[in-house]
Amino acid sequence: MSGHFASHFPDSGSVDYTDQSTDIDELGLEELRSLAERYPQPRSALLPMLHLVQSIDGRISPRGIEVCAEILGITTAQVSGVATFYTMYKRRPAGKQHVGICTTALCAVMGGDILLERAKEFLGIDENQTTPDGQISLERLECNAACDFAPVTMVNWEFFDNMTPQKLEHLLGDLREDREVVSPRGATITSWREAERVLAGFPDGRADEGPSAGHASLLGREIAAENDWTAPSPDAPPAAPKQGETK
Amino acid sequence: MTDLLTPVLSANWGADNSWKLARYEATGGYRAMRKALAMAPTDVISLVKDANLRGRGGAGFPTGMKWSFVPQDNPNPKYLVVNADESEPGTCKDMPLLMASPHTLVEGIIISSFAINSHTAFIYCRGEVLHVIRRLQQAVREAYAAGYLGRNILGTGYDLDIIVHAGAGAYICGEETALLDSLEGRRGQPRLRPPFPAVAGLYASPTVINNVESIASVPSIVANGAAWFQSMGTEKSKGFTLYSLSGHVKRAGQFEAPMGITLRQLIDLAGGIRDGHELKFFTPGGSSTPILTADALDLPLDYEGMAGAGSMLGTKALQVFDETTSIVRTTLRFVEFYKHESCGKCTPCREGSWWLVQMLMKFEAGTAQEGDVDKMLDICDNIGGRSFCALADGAVACLTSAVRHFRPEFELGYHTPAWELFPYEKSALFTVEGDAR
Amino acid sequence: MTVDAKTSAEVTPKPDMVTLTIDGTQVSVPKGTLIIRAAEMIGTAIPRFCDHPLLDPVGACRQCMVEIPDAGNGRGFPKPQASCTMPVAEGMKVNTQVSSPVAKKAQEGMLELLLINHPLDCPICDKGGECPLQNQSLSHGYGESRYLGRKRTFPKPVNISAQILLDRERCVLCARCTRFSEQISGDPFIALVERGALQQIGTYEQDPYDSYFSGNVVQICPVGALTSAAYRFQSRPFDLVSTTTTCEHCAAGCQLRTDQRHHQVKRRLAGNLPEVNEEWSCDKGRFGFMYGRGDDRVTRPLVRRDGVLQPASWPEAIDVVVHGLRAAAGAVGVQTGGRLTVENAYGYSKFARVVLGTNNIDFRSRPASHEEARFLAANVAGRTVAESVNYADFDSASHVVLVGFEPEDESPIVFLRLRKAVRKNRLQVTTLAPFASRGTAKLNATLVPVAPGGEAAALAGLDGLDSGTVVLLGERVATLPGVLSTATARAAQTGARLAWIPRRAGEVGALEAGCLPGLLPGGRPTTDVRARVDVAAHWGVPTLPGTPGLSGDEQFAALANGSLKAVLIAGVDPYDLADPTTALAGLDNADFVLSIEQRMSAVTERADVVLPASLLEEQAGNFLNWEHRAGRVNNVNRQPVTPMTDLRILAALADAFGADLGFRAAKQAFADLNELGQWDGTRPAATRGGTHVKSEGIALASWRELLDASQGNDFELALRATARPALARLSPVTAERLALGDIVRVSDGTREVLLPLEATDGMVDDVVWVPMNPSRTDRLWAAPGTPVTVSAVFADEGE
Repeated sequence: MSGHFASHFPDSGSVDYTDQSTDIDELGLEELRSLAERYPQPRSALLPMLHLVQSIDGRISPRGIEVCAEILGITTAQVSGVATFYTMYKRRPAGKQHVGICTTALCAVMGGDILLERAKEFLGIDENQTTPDGQISLERLECNAACDFAPVTMVNWEFFDNMTPQKLEHLLGDLREDREVVSPRGATITSWREAERVLAGFPDGRADEGPSAGHASLLGREIAAENDWTAPSPDAPPAAPKQGETK
Repeated sequence: MTDLLTPVLSANWGADNSWKLARYEATGGYRAMRKALAMAPTDVISLVKDANLRGRGGAGFPTGMKWSFVPQDNPNPKYLVVNADESEPGTCKDMPLLMASPHTLVEGIIISSFAINSHTAFIYCRGEVLHVIRRLQQAVREAYAAGYLGRNILGTGYDLDIIVHAGAGAYICGEETALLDSLEGRRGQPRLRPPFPAVAGLYASPTVINNVESIASVPSIVANGAAWFQSMGTEKSKGFTLYSLSGHVKRAGQFEAPMGITLRQLIDLAGGIRDGHELKFFTPGGSSTPILTADALDLPLDYEGMAGAGSMLGTKALQVFDETTSIVRTTLRFVEFYKHESCGKCTPCREGSWWLVQMLMKFEAGTAQEGDVDKMLDICDNIGGRSFCALADGAVACLTSAVRHFRPEFELGYHTPAWELFPYEKSALFTVEGDAR
Repeated sequence: MTVDAKTSAEVTPKPDMVTLTIDGTQVSVPKGTLIIRAAEMIGTAIPRFCDHPLLDPVGACRQCMVEIPDAGNGRGFPKPQASCTMPVAEGMKVNTQVSSPVAKKAQEGMLELLLINHPLDCPICDKGGECPLQNQSLSHGYGESRYLGRKRTFPKPVNISAQILLDRERCVLCARCTRFSEQISGDPFIALVERGALQQIGTYEQDPYDSYFSGNVVQICPVGALTSAAYRFQSRPFDLVSTTTTCEHCAAGCQLRTDQRHHQVKRRLAGNLPEVNEEWSCDKGRFGFMYGRGDDRVTRPLVRRDGVLQPASWPEAIDVVVHGLRAAAGAVGVQTGGRLTVENAYGYSKFARVVLGTNNIDFRSRPASHEEARFLAANVAGRTVAESVNYADFDSASHVVLVGFEPEDESPIVFLRLRKAVRKNRLQVTTLAPFASRGTAKLNATLVPVAPGGEAAALAGLDGLDSGTVVLLGERVATLPGVLSTATARAAQTGARLAWIPRRAGEVGALEAGCLPGLLPGGRPTTDVRARVDVAAHWGVPTLPGTPGLSGDEQFAALANGSLKAVLIAGVDPYDLADPTTALAGLDNADFVLSIEQRMSAVTERADVVLPASLLEEQAGNFLNWEHRAGRVNNVNRQPVTPMTDLRILAALADAFGADLGFRAAKQAFADLNELGQWDGTRPAATRGGTHVKSEGIALASWRELLDASQGNDFELALRATARPALARLSPVTAERLALGDIVRVSDGTREVLLPLEATDGMVDDVVWVPMNPSRTDRLWAAPGTPVTVSAVFADEGE
């Protein structure tokens, strides 16, 4: 049922050289250089720089690889080795909105497999593809550290927790129609490129949007509060034995 | 005995604007930093050693001892790197912490960096968590503005910079030496040890790499003392920690409790297994830790308790699966994860995960050959303990433990597809029509 | 190392030795030795792929698993360990596949894993027959695979450069090639890309793997993943006959293994000579063996009749030579080029003095100077390897200064050894050059920016010279006035050591053989009576001419003005000289020109007689490298097209003159020269050189790049295709001042080249650098340091 095993890899090994287009201008170069200056050693900035390349070009463009190599004084092969290692770097243009559905074991079992199939049907594309209008791209995710909110879906790396097929179709419909979408545990959805810019290290001022935490994150804290359970007081003598049962 | 749950790290999570500096300070934030900066760095290390804080990233190595390995006579700069690359399947504790209270980490970093005489610290956060990164970036900016970071912090003469660094999608970067290579702008592949990072880590300089939760626990230890920390937990596993419960329970979530709580207690708190179902198996600390079954429900979830049961505490990520779940399917998906995340450096992991996935797909489809279970175990034997890092060990551990507990179910894969034995829609948390169950 | 299986108690470890037990055998090895190599010392080969003794350990393939029941501290490892990454420890116990079933199974299991995705296309793979994967699968693997799944496949092959091809599905991802390119040569144009089961070797399409050392990755690839265009599908290894020999392309002195089939060389591999090239070679040495395969090969004696060179018999040609040289009545010159073995050079040296009665002999078929000749006589000639700076000195030196020397281009193995010392021993390198080249960057060298001609002044003022310093002088310093004398003076003053590193393989040998107007063999001054008596006695002749002869340049001038009548010339390309015009005029005006040559050339075109000389692969002998180390040349091809070596031709000519050269085989000549030995008398002192006069205008900087239009690279198209693109470098300031565009014209007054402009940061102003020999036709003849004009080229000018 997982069924995504492949054994022949005709296009692997590099970015897409056939598309040489780029929007990296002098301002982009300046920002890339500024990232290199943030670190004790410039090469440390390569991952953020590649995020920035994606925010500008919508993918890792050949020009993006070349300018990173030039700024950092390393070879294009070395940059390419890095750009092809990490899954967040896209070789072909991602959609305006990038949707990921977790299908690692727990999420898959909790319904992620069904959700991914629904998304493919709904969007009419396969995983790692983008809708012809460039609006939505779809990716099968590995674990995204929100297992207590399973099954997990992400839009532009914002959490959409406890997904169901209905909620998913609603979400995808909103994204397709450019209606406002707000992450239940994050900010208003803008675009994948703007998200990549934040990841590169250029904040978008949306940190204060959204809640402190989701319901699952707060569960233990709430139960403790209900039961008046706390960590021991530092001033108190070692706590007398206390029954550990639920009050 | 302490209370069943002891929120320390998560105590402020629900508050409005809990991620903001003002709110954090209003609940006592950054007092521990002031206290620590007035101490001798070695005294801070001693305090953390005395508390017996053990690394919360999975391996459980004593944090204070790790710090003391940093050779202070080394002329190179010292670095603190916080491992926020939380990616182990089942593990979901650091991300909520960073989203709700990033200043807890920032304060912990200031204290820890001061202790090891580091003036540059990095937070290597996985990239796929946009809002977490936003809040981390903002918290660091706020701390600079408040004079808690930068030059001459609070007039103490101590300087510290923190760089928030977003990863780009690679589980292996949670392995500390792979993380260092990644932070140096390279492919995240593990490094040979020795040299150990404490001696030659980032930029070949002495480097301490700690998990988010470990560093975030430091302010409370400084504030409340080693004895306070020691008053929680079991004999060798001290303090409070975040347990993450997920899967087929009524209410999944984070539970901050003293070390040694049992899964039965946690499941009770979570309202039990979902109605009409029962526990089939669980991972105690993420998918790399061998699975356990109901037999282990009453074991203390601490380092020793889990080791005694043939598993590991790992990241205390309890993924709970009920009897509707196919062990073959679940194992396949775990091993697929490792195949996907294998860095490719060493043969057994790269090739072995490729092979095991193909074998497990046959088990799932009911087309495995008689004898394939033993063959698969033998392949696991050729992988486990032979790989460069522990990633392949994790892949093998989940598979061999699954076979240990559910061998007959694997043998059904010689003729019957898993989806016939365990209709997959029955495991889902929603009905296929789309309503949440 | 000591081994004693029985009486282990008698083993007395040296202080820096560590004693451990491998498979029950006690062995003492130097501290820091890796287990895998300690095992080799007791004759146990642990299978391995990623391990390579000259590369940093990586521990990637996991093939070399062993069991370690005791790590030396009483505790063992619960799981097998990789023996290629773990150093030995005192008291350690190691059980390899020989004694440990666990280790054996681990190794067998690893091979099975390595083979699941391997195509097993050995019958059509170039590596088949010499493949570590094939061999070790047979010796350490299961007989059959249990893998029934689908193999990983990729499109194939991929040209990662014009020369190197990659078959990804054969690759075992040992990372030897990527580690070589990064650690050894510093050309990481290949890298691991993708990850997990898709991990592969990759390049960036626009930047192919154009490294001067790219062929090494083919040689160290433990499977058939990397192959060369030159050798792909050429032969099976078991059909080849291998000969160890020494490379003819530069003065580094690399040992090579040359493989021939049916008396045709199919490939050359780096030999194993730890003192020199370790196990590496440059691509010119590896692939540059096709130069004798062209239509221009001289295969028969040629005699000019009615103005046309026509085939002749050897006796007839020799008669014409004797007549022609005799007619010159002593007004004869001899010029030998850089291709000659020391034996051949010795033949010319003796032939000039004994048969022709002249000291008019010069081996420097390139820009040269009297200052250089005096420097060579004072500081270089008559030395042994023990008295010279050598490669190992780079490892112990604290500082190396490069003057007029671009090692990556002009002596690639010197470059590799320097880079190793920089990497491993923190050697500091300083280079006096007009800009920081790629090689400079890879040596992490400090650039002292100087315009050509300014080197002497810069060297005079250079700080940081001391007894731990080695100054390496390239052949180009000959035409930079004052450099050699300044170097001599600074060395005397500071205790720094000097080494002269010529470009050509034959130069040091020719110097020792006495192919200079002022030097007899062994560094003996021509003007010293005792030296002449020594040599005359050794050669069995009554006297030797005592007046110093004419240098090569002087000979051509004298030929041109008629004061010299005839010339014997071998291995000289007039276009390599400082003044090709005068050289060609001299040849045109000479009464008689004898060319002893392998291929037709500008000299043979003007020769009266051309005698065909053996290729290097057709003869035996020795080269003396820049260290004065003898490198044995062995006869690879025993069915030669041209069996007559230079030496045999000279012996035959001597016979025809009624004289006796005294030897006709290389072995005799070598013994004779060694018997004569080095001069033990007073050496001529180096004299003060001239001073550079700065001219107005743009100064030319230039050197020969490794893979340029040199004839040694001929007919190996893939090799030439990996050359660096020809371009002109100027500082951005100068380029702007001259209002240059994308293409510039550089003119020396008589000739010009059009090249793309590369504005080079940090370059000295008012200097233009161009490659010296980018093409046989389009090149300048001006020497570095001379003024040239640089101007913009506009699109409407065509070209």
